[in-house]
Amino acid sequence: MTFALIIEWLIKGFVLVLVLLGGFAYLTLYERKALARIQSRIGPNRAGPWGILQPIADAIKLIFKEELIPARADKLLFILAPVVTLVPALVITAVVPWGTEVMMFGRKVTLYIADINVGVLYIMSVASIAVYGVVLAGWSSNNKYAMMGGLRSSAQMISYEIALGLSFIAAIMLAGSMRMLDIVEAQRNLWFVLLQPVGTAIFLIATLAEVNRPPFDMPEAEQELTAGYHTEYSGMKFALLFMAEYDKMIAISAIGATLFFGGFRGPFVDMYPWLGPVYMLLKLVILLFGMIWVRATWPRIRYDRLMAFGWKVMLPLALAIVFVTAAGIILAEQVNPLFLWSIPIVSLLAGFTAIMMLYRTLRRKEYARA
Amino acid sequence: MDFTLILFIVLAAVAVLTAIGMLVSRNAVYAALFLVLNFATVAIFYLMLGAPFIAMAQVTVYAGAIMVLFLFVIMLLGAEKLPKGGVLPWQRPLAIGLAAVLLAEAGYLLFQRIQMTTELAGPGLEVNSVEAVRTLGLALFNQYLLPFEVTSVLLLVAMIGAIVLTKKEKGEA
Repeated sequence: MTFALIIEWLIKGFVLVLVLLGGFAYLTLYERKALARIQSRIGPNRAGPWGILQPIADAIKLIFKEELIPARADKLLFILAPVVTLVPALVITAVVPWGTEVMMFGRKVTLYIADINVGVLYIMSVASIAVYGVVLAGWSSNNKYAMMGGLRSSAQMISYEIALGLSFIAAIMLAGSMRMLDIVEAQRNLWFVLLQPVGTAIFLIATLAEVNRPPFDMPEAEQELTAGYHTEYSGMKFALLFMAEYDKMIAISAIGATLFFGGFRGPFVDMYPWLGPVYMLLKLVILLFGMIWVRATWPRIRYDRLMAFGWKVMLPLALAIVFVTAAGIILAEQVNPLFLWSIPIVSLLAGFTAIMMLYRTLRRKEYARA
Repeated sequence: MDFTLILFIVLAAVAVLTAIGMLVSRNAVYAALFLVLNFATVAIFYLMLGAPFIAMAQVTVYAGAIMVLFLFVIMLLGAEKLPKGGVLPWQRPLAIGLAAVLLAEAGYLLFQRIQMTTELAGPGLEVNSVEAVRTLGLALFNQYLLPFEVTSVLLLVAMIGAIVLTKKEKGEA
């Protein structure tokens, strides 16, 4: 480990954090613009041309806002909670590769920070400790709405983590490795979204619940809980919680792009390694638009339905997907490579069955009420 | 003194301090958080021993899942503040006696080991390689398949038991 290598790591880490901070600022603008267009509005257009200075104006407003700490709050944890929320959102992207290697200032620089052999497991473990910030924010505020928000969030995140982990397993099995670079490499010819469409769908739904995005934003459902876990927060501490939510969106989209949509792979990446980050950014923007679109379209679902959906639909379906994937891989290896295509077909059948059963149950409830 | 030794001493100090903090804090939420920190330092110990898989599993399972459930229950029941004085009066003397026995036992074993002056067996070579996860998986699903399956059935039984216990009887509602 040379001195130059340490400097390189420091610079790369710094650049990644800067990208995430800038990404957060402009993701808010992107979301507001996209929501406005979907709702036939114009959106922010006052600060700078097309409103591109709006995030800066928001930041200045939040910095100069008065910081309030409730008198009976637990001060230490109240101040610590936003930090604990933000740090996992920032460090989780360390294992996501943005490309292979480029020549820069006469030395080979890899376009990823950490290349560890348990990359996917690292993501899982960081995602699992991300819940602490929200729970502590809710508890330390000493406010019943905040407390309910924290409780809901811990229950919700634990429940959906299981389906999330099982969808990870589908990707791990298809690649035969937990290293992110191997997973990207395995998708050179075929993206895993085509091999495992239902697994991808489970991943996308579970991540919505993990980052508390609508329609699963129960921890901050304003009709019931005013603002949920961040009711008592203002100023920069609120900004940190806000930033954590948007950085989690970016991180989870980057992970999804890597695991199921080919990562930084695309045409001509082998010849021009600089195209890797460009493709990655493109995929990120598309996946983020999906999240915004869902927010603009779907109403928030009821809390008991959310938990029932997680445990009674997502978990069994994800288990079935893992089984189908494993069986398909074994058949393809032992009998005929064509059996690989039985994975998407049987998975889609399983997904279709799940949707039909859900539909029937909901319709029966409709009759029972009438 | 090399870097690993300094790291070990610092981590060991953090581990011991968080363990003591967990024992003495009167607030259950703080006690749970100290325990989370303790699990995290143990995970870093695993990393230093060249076992990244176990380190990540430690964080995911203990710090990520079990302790979140602990916090959930503490907050749900509103049991943060412990009452002054124990509920069970005989508990403290008994605990002190048992702890003394354990300490004596551990000390005896430790000093015996020093007299023996044998080297502890280091981790196998394959543990430190990139293939570590593959090796672990193959060992788990070939050599130790039966214990693995028995453990999973045990967990399943516990889960079904919890569901049965919370289920409402028919007609009770």
